Order: sequence, then structure tokens, then C-alpha cells
Amino acid sequence: MAKDEFKEFKLVGTRPDRPDGLDKVTGRARYGADISAPGMLWGAVVRSPHAHARIVKIDASKALAMDGVKAVVTRADFPTGLTGDAWNLQENTMAGERALYDGHAVAAVAAISKTLAEDAARLVEVEYEILPHVTDVDEAMAEGAPVIREGAADATVPEGMHPNVVKYMEFGRGDIEAGFAEADLVKEHTFKTEAAHQGYIEPHACLGQLGEDGKGEMWVCTQGQWYIRKMCADVLGLDGAQLRVTPSEIGGGFGGKTTIFMEPLPLALSKKTGGRPVKIVMSRSEVLRATGPTASASMDVKIGMKKDGTITAGRAEFRMQGGAFPGAPVDMALYCAFAGYNVPNLEHVGYDVLANRPKCAAYRAPGSPMAAFAVESLVDELCRELGLDPLEVRMKNAVKSGDQASYGPKFGSIGLVETLEATVAHPNLQAELGPNQGRGVAVGYWFNHSGETSVSMAISEDGTAQVSVGTPDIGGSRASIALMTAETLGIPYEDVRVNVVETGALGVNEPTHGSRATFASGKAAVEAARQAIGEMCRRAAKEWGIEPEAVEWVDGAAQPAGPNAGEFPPMTIAEIAGKMGSTGGPISGHHESVPEGVGASFGAHVVDVEVDPETGRTTILRYLVVQDAGRAIHPAYVEGQYQGGAAQGIGWALNEEYIYDDQGRLQNPVFLDYRVPVASDLPMIDTVIVEVPNPGHPYGVRGVGETGITPPLPAIANAIQDAVGVRVRQLPISPPRLLAALKAKG
Amino acid sequence: MSKIHVTTKVNGDTVEFLADPRETLLDCLRDRLGLTGSKEGCGTGDCGACSVTLDGTLVCSCLVLGAEVQGREIGTIEGMGGDDTLHPLQRKFIEHAALQCGFCTPGFLVAGKALLEKNPNPTEEEVRYWLAGNLCRCTGYDKIVRAVMDAAAEMRGEAA
Repeated sequence: MAKDEFKEFKLVGTRPDRPDGLDKVTGRARYGADISAPGMLWGAVVRSPHAHARIVKIDASKALAMDGVKAVVTRADFPTGLTGDAWNLQENTMAGERALYDGHAVAAVAAISKTLAEDAARLVEVEYEILPHVTDVDEAMAEGAPVIREGAADATVPEGMHPNVVKYMEFGRGDIEAGFAEADLVKEHTFKTEAAHQGYIEPHACLGQLGEDGKGEMWVCTQGQWYIRKMCADVLGLDGAQLRVTPSEIGGGFGGKTTIFMEPLPLALSKKTGGRPVKIVMSRSEVLRATGPTASASMDVKIGMKKDGTITAGRAEFRMQGGAFPGAPVDMALYCAFAGYNVPNLEHVGYDVLANRPKCAAYRAPGSPMAAFAVESLVDELCRELGLDPLEVRMKNAVKSGDQASYGPKFGSIGLVETLEATVAHPNLQAELGPNQGRGVAVGYWFNHSGETSVSMAISEDGTAQVSVGTPDIGGSRASIALMTAETLGIPYEDVRVNVVETGALGVNEPTHGSRATFASGKAAVEAARQAIGEMCRRAAKEWGIEPEAVEWVDGAAQPAGPNAGEFPPMTIAEIAGKMGSTGGPISGHHESVPEGVGASFGAHVVDVEVDPETGRTTILRYLVVQDAGRAIHPAYVEGQYQGGAAQGIGWALNEEYIYDDQGRLQNPVFLDYRVPVASDLPMIDTVIVEVPNPGHPYGVRGVGETGITPPLPAIANAIQDAVGVRVRQLPISPPRLLAALKAKG
Repeated sequence: MSKIHVTTKVNGDTVEFLADPRETLLDCLRDRLGLTGSKEGCGTGDCGACSVTLDGTLVCSCLVLGAEVQGREIGTIEGMGGDDTLHPLQRKFIEHAALQCGFCTPGFLVAGKALLEKNPNPTEEEVRYWLAGNLCRCTGYDKIVRAVMDAAAEMRGEAA
């Protein structure tokens, strides 16, 4: 299935032990909460118990009177006059005039112990005037809904819309009405998805220190140390370069650790205590109440199909709330909605809506899973009614390299067709299904991303190499970057050490997000290695007394080429490095850019389920992920991304949801009630890595992290319909919801 | 609040610490003894990242008070391997790529070891149910289950 135009590699595509494996199986790896500092204080945060309330008064005198309590900060301690995103971040870090959601921070305390800080936080007295609230997206944009923030809408919002609509978009192509008229069957339905949390097992943790002189340091679990630096500097009015941010090992992020929540607070508290380091570690309930889940969505989709399966027209109208701030990923959702289909007539309409919920953050392919749930469910309904095979219909309408994407640009090299071919060929599709069992398929898409990237590489005196990257390693990127660097240099994998470095060591790097680390940091590492190779060839040429152009790099050694071939024995990297002090000094390579050539990826999932008609519980019997990786640098970690994405999608489809009571308080802020999949919920997750190499990357990488969470939502809904004949258009399809649907069907 | 003096054994070593009566065993291991390999993912006994053994029984150390462990024996991730060897589970987790972020890994390893001591030849289903108290958000459990099964086979002396 792989369109392999690349030469065979020695290391790329192998499965060596990850470089950080030993630290991580022995408990030595240091995560956000694992570091302490001399003289350290502990911080605790006071949070609003109300969904929407005016803050009338904050009295911290009792807390401050306690022995060992060193400081309290409120919004009054933050600079004023911020605008735009900086204001949004500051307002979310610490409420100003109003608390905007259950869990919104209103004050923070620093004390000499964790228990003391928590006690003191409870003694901070906050007087609230409770205001009307709204948490549902459709209710939030209806007439009469409480206004979260007047004047928050941007210029895209047409006049007359509710002030909670802060962004509006529409785009399309062709003639939508003519397209529907051409169809033999047109169906239209509304679909809803609830907010789901990334659910990383490591709660946010940050150790911060800030002196009177405005110089500070942070040790923090984050996907992006430079993003954290800029955001904290903006919120606190600091100079970015004066803040030095070291990323800890990170215990999962999935997009949720690309931004700040409480991270400025240790700095603010530190400054107020004469520069003592302050550590804040969130509890799980703080994570669920006050860090960004994804948006909730309400989506109308209309699709027209001919009897032969040709899709003639599609319309998507998505409404999403991302909490009390702009930023729901409605744009990404719309771009992804029909990305897999070649449809001539399309219309997309989107609304970003405010509600009294925590500020949403990115979650793995932000927006795409919701869009897929709506569109891929409806395509399945059309296939069923027309008696068509759902995979054949996807193949018939599939986009190919060079096609105009539904959202505008032309696709470069893509592998949807190859992905579908591999799916059809998989033995899981031949498995027999019993009573109450069903099979569902769906396709998902993600753009993948590049972003600002800066990488340095240096050759050591013994010919080994160190690579400094700015993208924290969440799922094995040290291994993939070491593999590509070693492959390029022609040295053993074990001779490369990849270090994730602090902000002082490199130029600005975007976070590990957008499935970009192996693509962008990898590409930059290869460029840096090539630069060092050029220098090593020059050193050898000088010694041999020939032109540098007459030297080539083969298997980790310089050797004379062309007319000089064979004249001198190859000079190994260790030999060149061993004398670099006397041949011109250190040998290194550096590359910084926004790497071009991002390769988008498609995936297809096939799931078999069994529904218990008496309880409404859905069991996953079999699960197959097929996805185009471009090239799998370390296939085991590519499989891991596919499996992990599928598991998160399964959780979102079947159980995970934000449940609010009529006061707007989150009812399930613990893992017992926010039910992520456990080992006994899942079968083995079968994977097929399709490799249609991305010509924009030296080793063909596309990026593999995100696409995998997209198809499970609709694939499971489709399988449930196949099993018990009930179509559920609202997630999660939890046992009570499915049982009710089964009873309604009779 | 006055603190309680506790003497206990951790990974075979006798240690002492002063515990605030409200502090959990997890807090004491991490903040009093500097053993940060055990992690807090939830603080409510739902995620298993803080798994340790207490007198040989697998427990969530976030659900035990530090003051309760006077005179007991605690086993943590830091004591899982030998001085210069890894426990087969630790080795198999690396070999099978059974970790991504690695945060839940210490808990899985401690829980997995407790399983294999009780049941050296578990079925896949038994592994899945034993480990159902340990949350992993990265891997979908596939490679974790395979690593545990493979370690069990190796420890039984069967070829992988």
C-alpha cells in the first residue's frame, strides 16, 4: 500500500528504545510537580463557586493573619489596560469585576506549606452578587440570554445577533440549491456534542519565581515554553526575555497545555513575597473546572446524494461555545467538515458563542471530531437509506492529491484513497457479527501544522551529537528526532541525545501542537545536521587539500568524491570531531524557520460494537485505525498515537461529558464521574500505518497525533445504529441516553 | 496543627518523617521523603498514578494518611528494580513502547507487579480488569497490556 519512492533507510522506520524510557519507568523523570526550590512557598487558588457573579468584595485579612501565610493576590495586583487576547488571558487567570464560570479564580494565597495555603484560601472571604447564567450554546445565543460580556464580538458578526455571538463566518462554493436539486436523496439533521476534557493525567503544575527587578524563572509542565513565557509576560506586564521558562517532563497535554491557566499566579505571588519561589499544583477538580476542555457544539448538517453515492451538495451550520471567552474552534471544525469529500456545492456557516463555562483550549484536532460526528453520521444515514456501502461511498467521493479542498486551498500529496484501500482490505471487515452487534465506519481529517521552529545541533569531541529542540516530548518525539538526526549524520541512534531546552537556549518555538514536533523540529534537526555535515566536509577538504565540493558525506564519514575518489581514506565523524579544536573550533548546526511543506493526513476507522439492550451499555468488540503517516519514523509511537487518539474518541463518544446543574455548577469534576476509558473498557486497537510520503519533509513525515481522535465519534454512532437500529445524534451515547432511545423506538 | 512523628520502611530502608495529620501517604512520600516517582493524578483514588504497596497490598497512596504508616512496609516505583537491573515489567514497558507521556507509568508498573505476584499467568481480560484502576490517557492501553503479558511470559520462563 505504501507508495514508497524513498530509498531504504538504516534507522528511520525502526523501533529502538526511547531515549527517555529509563527515566520514565524508574520514577526519575521530573514532571511539573516534582521540583522544589530552596525557600519555596506553596500557593493555593480561591475559586468562584458560582457560574456568573459580580465580585462585590474580597476580604483576605483573616487569611493574611495566619502564621505562615505570606501573600494574597487578587486582580488588583495585576497591571491594567490590557486588550485583546492578553486581556482574555488575564481575565481568565484572575477574575476582575465578575466571576464568569464555576471555578474561575478570584484570589490566590502563598504560605509556607501546602496544607496551610489551602486553609488560608478557605479563609479568604468573597462576597458575590449572583447573576443569571447560561451554559448551553443554543440557549446562549437565544434572545434574552444573559450577556457574558458586552462588546466582545469582532467585526465579523452581523448586526442584530446576540452579544454572546463573538465571531461569525461563512464560506462555500458552487450553487448549493442546484446541488441539492440534483440529489436523489437529501437529509438534514441537528447533531450535538458535549464538551470533553483532554484528561491528561498530570494536573497543571508550576514553580515560579519573580524578583522586584522583573527577572523571573519558571519550571512548568507545558507543551510550549515560549508560549507560556509570552502569555505570562503579557498578563503580568513583564519583559519576555527576562522570564526564563524551563519545561518539565509533561504528563500529557493534548492541546490543553498550550496556554496558561494558573501559571502567572506563582509569579505574582512570588513578587509579593520578595521573590521567594512559589509552587502551585492543581487538583483534579481544579483541572476539570478551570482549565480548558474543548467546546460543546450544536450542528445542523444537510447533505444531498445521488443513488450511485455521489454527493452533490453539503451544508454545515455549526454553533460552538468555548466558555466565557472567544476561541471555540468553529473555524477548524468547518474547514474539516467536508475535507474528505470532493463536493462541488458547499456552504459553511459558523458561530463562536460565549457561555458561562471555562475558557476552552485546544483538544487534539480541535473542532474536527465534532464536525466528523455530524457529517460522517449523516453520510452514514444517507448510505443506509440508499443501500450503499459506506466505504465505497467514501471512496467514490474521496479527495485526491491536487484537488481543491472544501475549505479553499489545493491539496498537496494526500493519501485518503490509499487509506480507504487499506481499510477495505483489512480482515476486521470480514469478522462475523452476532445479535445486537454492529459495524460502523468513518473518515477523519487533520491539516497538521508547522509553526515557528528553532533547533541547534552540536557535535561533541567524540563524534556524538546533541540536539536542542524547543518542542516538549509528549509521546516519543525525542526518539523520532534522534532517529532522523542519526540517519542524516550516518551515526548510531544511541550516539544522538535530544534535549528539550529552556527558553534561554533557542529562538522562539511554537509548542508541541498541531502534530508538528516530528515534522517541524525533525525537519529543522535534519537541516542543522546537514549544516554540520557541510562544515565537517570542509574540515576534511582542508586537511586533504582539496575543494570542499569534492568531498561527500557517506555513512558518518567524509570521503573524497569525483576525481579525488579513493585518494584519501574516509575521515570519520569521530576523527573530525576529535580535532575540531585545532581545525576551526566547535562544529554545530542550527536551523530556524517556519518549515514549509506540511502534509495533511486522513484516517479511516472501523469499529464493531455490541449493545446491551437492557442497560444501553455499548461494548467495543473490535477497533481498527488506518491512517496515512507519510512516513512512520518510529512505528511503535505512531501506532501509539493512533491507539491513543482512538481511545480518547471512544471516551468522548460513549461517556465523557461536562454535566452542569441548573446553577451552572459542574457536577462531575472528578475522574470517578468524568469517566475516561479504562483498560477493561477497551479491546486491543488494531492499526495500519499507511505511508504516502510527504514530499515536504526530508523523511516524508506528515504528523500523526491528531487525526485519530476524529473518526471514533461518528464511527461508534454508526455502529450502534447498525447494531440496534437507533440513530443517536447527541454525544455522549452513554447508557442512559441509548437506553432512552431504545425505549422510544420500542 | 502539631505534626506526627512516623517511622516506617520504604523500599527496605527505615525512614522517619513528620506528617501533618491531614497529609496523605502520597504527600509524605513526595514532599517529606523526596520520592516523587509516585504521582498525583486525581487525589481521589480514581487514577492509580500514586499506586504503592503497603505491607505487600496494592493501595492508592492518596487514600492513605501518612500518619497511618507507622511501622509498616511501603514499596514504591523507586524500589521496583534492583541496583543495576530493571524489573522485567520496566524493561517490557520500554520495549513495547507502552508509555507515551510516562506520567501514569510508575502506577501501572507498581500495579502490574502486584498482579504478577498474585497471578503469574493472567489472561488479557484479567490484566485489563486488574489495571482498570489505573488511568492512561495516551496509549489506549493496547501496548501496556501487551507489555504486562509479555513480562509475565518472560517471568514464567516462556519465550516471548
